[in-house]
Amino acid sequence: MNEANEQDVDKTYQRLDKFAESKGYHLNPDIEFTKDLIRSLLINQKRYGYWACPCRLASGKREEDLDIICPCDYRDPDLKEFGVCYCSLYVSKDIKNGEKKAEAIPDRRPPKKE
Amino acid sequence: MEIEHVEGENKGKIFLYALSTCGWCKKTKEFLNNLGLEYSYIFVDLLEGKDKDETVDKIMKWNPRCSFPTLVINDEKCIVGYNEDEIREVLGL
Repeated sequence: MNEANEQDVDKTYQRLDKFAESKGYHLNPDIEFTKDLIRSLLINQKRYGYWACPCRLASGKREEDLDIICPCDYRDPDLKEFGVCYCSLYVSKDIKNGEKKAEAIPDRRPPKKE
Repeated sequence: MEIEHVEGENKGKIFLYALSTCGWCKKTKEFLNNLGLEYSYIFVDLLEGKDKDETVDKIMKWNPRCSFPTLVINDEKCIVGYNEDEIREVLGL
């Protein structure tokens, strides 16, 4: 449950990169970091049945996690404001081109109501 | 509970709440490792049931959003997110 096949990681990376670029999005150019995140998404797929954001604690209940299924609901506003999404899988063009560095950003997801 | 301990130089009690899947948590660990510091960490996503609930409650006392990484230093300071400068500052490095 906590492992992913490296071939699957590579294949998913290639597929996601191609798809992202075709839609005007860019994956993080730090390939090791990006493949770690993709490995985590594949682990979460096995663990929860969906691509829960690797940098957020998933509830394990799909209906509670809909907003954090990758690409999460917060990706576009985060890309617009910070140039990265929360986990930094997706980055802006200038980060992709190496003109700017990806940095950690605060979580935009509203805190859970008790 | 699966609390892991990393040996190193003691600069105070450093406890890292992390997710095993998170890239920024990994960077935080690598940063602490490179500094050669003694610290403990726990992967909250690998916990289940009561252990997970209790740990989340503990984190929320420091960081109500329960986001990761959450670093608690000497049971008095909390650093949310991967922030090398803040870690250095709080640890007086």
